[in-house]
Amino acid sequence: MTIPIDRRGFLHKTGILTGVLAAGSPLALLAPSRAWAVDLTSLTSAEAATLLAAARTIAPHDKLEDAAYAFVIRSLDSAAAKDEALRKQLKEGAANLGAGFVAAPENERVAALRKVEATPFFQNLRVQTLQVLYSTPLAYAYFGYEGEAFSKGGYLQRGFNDLRWLPEVPPADSGPVLGV
Amino acid sequence: MARIEQTDDGAVVIIGSGAGGGTLAHELTRRGIKVVLLEAGQRQSLASFSQNPGEAFGQLTWLDPRTQSGTWDPVKTSPTLPVWIAKTVGGTTVHWTGATPRIRPWEFRSRSTYGEVQGASLIDWPISYDEMKGYYQLAERRMVVSRRNGNPGLPASNNFKVMYAGAQKIGYKQVHTGYMAINTRPADGRAFCIQQGFCVQGCKTGAKWSTLYTEIPRAEATGNLDLRTRCMATRIEHGADGKVTGVLYRDSAGHEQRQRARVVCVAGNAIETPRLLLLSESAKFPYGLANSSGHVGRNYCHHINGFIWATFDEPVHFWRGAVLAGLVEDETVNEPKRGFFGGYHFELIALDLPTLPLVGMPYGWGRDFASFIDDYRNMAGLFINGEDLPQASNRITLDDKVKDANGLPVAHVHVDEHPNDKAMRQHARMQGKKMYEAIGAKRVVLSPTTPATHNMCTARMSARPEDGVANAHGQTHDIPNLFISDGSAFTSPGSANPTLTIVALALRQADFIGKQMAARAL
Repeated sequence: MTIPIDRRGFLHKTGILTGVLAAGSPLALLAPSRAWAVDLTSLTSAEAATLLAAARTIAPHDKLEDAAYAFVIRSLDSAAAKDEALRKQLKEGAANLGAGFVAAPENERVAALRKVEATPFFQNLRVQTLQVLYSTPLAYAYFGYEGEAFSKGGYLQRGFNDLRWLPEVPPADSGPVLGV
Repeated sequence: MARIEQTDDGAVVIIGSGAGGGTLAHELTRRGIKVVLLEAGQRQSLASFSQNPGEAFGQLTWLDPRTQSGTWDPVKTSPTLPVWIAKTVGGTTVHWTGATPRIRPWEFRSRSTYGEVQGASLIDWPISYDEMKGYYQLAERRMVVSRRNGNPGLPASNNFKVMYAGAQKIGYKQVHTGYMAINTRPADGRAFCIQQGFCVQGCKTGAKWSTLYTEIPRAEATGNLDLRTRCMATRIEHGADGKVTGVLYRDSAGHEQRQRARVVCVAGNAIETPRLLLLSESAKFPYGLANSSGHVGRNYCHHINGFIWATFDEPVHFWRGAVLAGLVEDETVNEPKRGFFGGYHFELIALDLPTLPLVGMPYGWGRDFASFIDDYRNMAGLFINGEDLPQASNRITLDDKVKDANGLPVAHVHVDEHPNDKAMRQHARMQGKKMYEAIGAKRVVLSPTTPATHNMCTARMSARPEDGVANAHGQTHDIPNLFISDGSAFTSPGSANPTLTIVALALRQADFIGKQMAARAL
C-alpha cells in the first residue's frame, strides 16, 4: 500500500473533503473549477464529514454552501496536525456522534449535540465554528458584510449614511461630511 | 530619543504607555525631565495595524493569563479573558473607540450624593469637578474632541440614524454623535475620519487620538524620552527610608534589568497596576507597596456594560462608520426613583461579523441563534455604559496557583455584582429595547456583560490615607515618590468612558510632579 504524499511536502494525507460550489458562489469567480476538495492531514474523510455536519448544526444557514463550513474543518484539521490532544479530542468527538449523524434529520443532530454540550469537544467546536465560519469570504458575501474598508477609502463615500427609511438627523446633533 | 543609563537615578520611570503613561511622558519630557518609559508590548504603526479582526485582536490584546471568580457574567462567558485591554505601545488608546464624555460634577461627590449604600465602599473624590474643569478643557484640546472647543460633531452614520429615531420616539432630548477624540476634519497633523468602522483594530488614518502617534513621538522629539518596548516591570524597589529607588523589569530577551529612578509612576491599567504594587511586597511593606490602607487592588470597578442589538425590515449596514459615534445623555443623571443610584450612557456600537456571535451575543448555537445573524445587514446596536458601585471585596489579587512566563503570580479578578448594578442594567436594557421597538424593531437581543474594557479604582485617590492609596495628585499616601497615573487612581468610576479623565488627571499630575521636582520636594 502506498501512502499519498501532500504536494507541499511530507504531510500524510488522511482523508479528503469534497463538494461543488453553488452556481452563484463568490468563490466560483476565482476558482478554476466549481468542484472543491480539502486534503486532510489529521482527520479521516468520515470524521471530517461528521464535523462538517456538526458545524452546520451549530450555525445553520441553509443557503450558505458547504464550502464555507469546509473552512472550519480545514482549520480544525490543520490545528490537529500540530496538537495531539486536539486530534484525539476531535476523533473521539466525531466517533461519539456516530456514523448516522451526518444523514440524521436536524432535530436528531441537535439532540445529539445537546448531549455533549458540556464537553470540551463541543465547546471547542462551537467557538471554532463561529470564529472561522463568520470570517470566510463566503460568509461575508452571504451576510452582506463588507469588512475592512481602509483599502477602499473607508465608507465615507461608500454608504456610511445612506439609510433613507428613517428621518435625517438635524445638523446640530450630527456633523459635516467632508468633501460633500 | 534619549538613552538614559540604568544607573541614572535622576530619571522618572513610567510603567505603561497608554492614556495615562503616554500623556505623562510627554508632559514631563517637554518640561525637560528625563523619562524612562517601560512598555510591556510591541510598537505598531498605522501601516502595521492588521485589518483582519482576529489577527488585530492578537496583535493588540493583553493575552497573558489572568484568572477570575465571582457572580459577574465573564466568569461563564469569557473565563480566560475577564478584561479586554491592550499590550502595545499606546496601550488601550490604540484599540479604544474614542468616546470622551466627562465625569459629571455630582459623580465626583458620589458618596455625598448617594448617601450610605449598603455593601458599597463609595467615597467622594478628593478633587472637585471645578478643579478638574480646566484640565478637562486642556485634555479635550489635546485630543481634538468633537463638539468641544468649537469642533464640529462627527457626521451621523446609518447606525446612529436608527439610535436617534428610537431615542426621539421615547422622548430623549440629549442625543447626538458624541464627544469623540476622532477628527471630523484634519487637525493636529492627523487625518480625518473616513468612517472605516475599524476603530478597535487600530485606526489606520490616525483620525482617532492615540498616544502611539501623538504624545509619544512628541515626547521622543524632546530628546528626553527613553522608550523601552517589550519590557515588563516585575518589581518596584525601595530603600531603607521607604522611598522607591528603581524598577526591575524583564527586557525583550527575558533578561532581568534594573532601572534606577528618582520617581516611579505606575500606569499599567487597573489590573496590572495593583498587581505590580502587590508583587513588590518586601519586609518593610509586607502587603505590597503603598498598601498600608489595604486598598491596593480593592474597589475594582468596570462599568455596567452590555450590548443591545435590534433587527429591522430594512438594511442598516451598521458596520460602516465610526464605531461609537452616538450618545444618549438623558439617563446620565442620579434619579433614585428609577430604582438605583447613579447614571448611565447609551453609546452607539457595531461589531464585525466574527466578533458579534463570539462575544456580542448571549452564548448560543442552533437555528434561533443563527437566524439572528441572518439579519446582520439589518441590524443596529447600542452599548450601555453605566456607573457600577465600588465594593471592597471586588478586587485584584495575586493568583497563588497560576504563574506568568516570568514565573510570577498572575492577576486574579473577583467581581460580585451589587444589587444596584443589576437594577441599573435592567433599567438600561428595558429602555434600550423600548427605543428600538418604538421604531419597529423585529427582534431585540440583549448580550451578557462583556469582558471589561474600562478598569478603574484599584489604587484609588482619597482625602484620608485610610480610605485609599493615593492623594489628589495620584501621589501614594505611603511613598512620596511613587505615583498612580492611570484609571486605577479613580476614586469612583462615574458613568463616562474613562480615557478623557485619565488624560486630564495625567496633565494635572504632570503639573504637580514638575513643580515638586523643580522645588526639590521630589
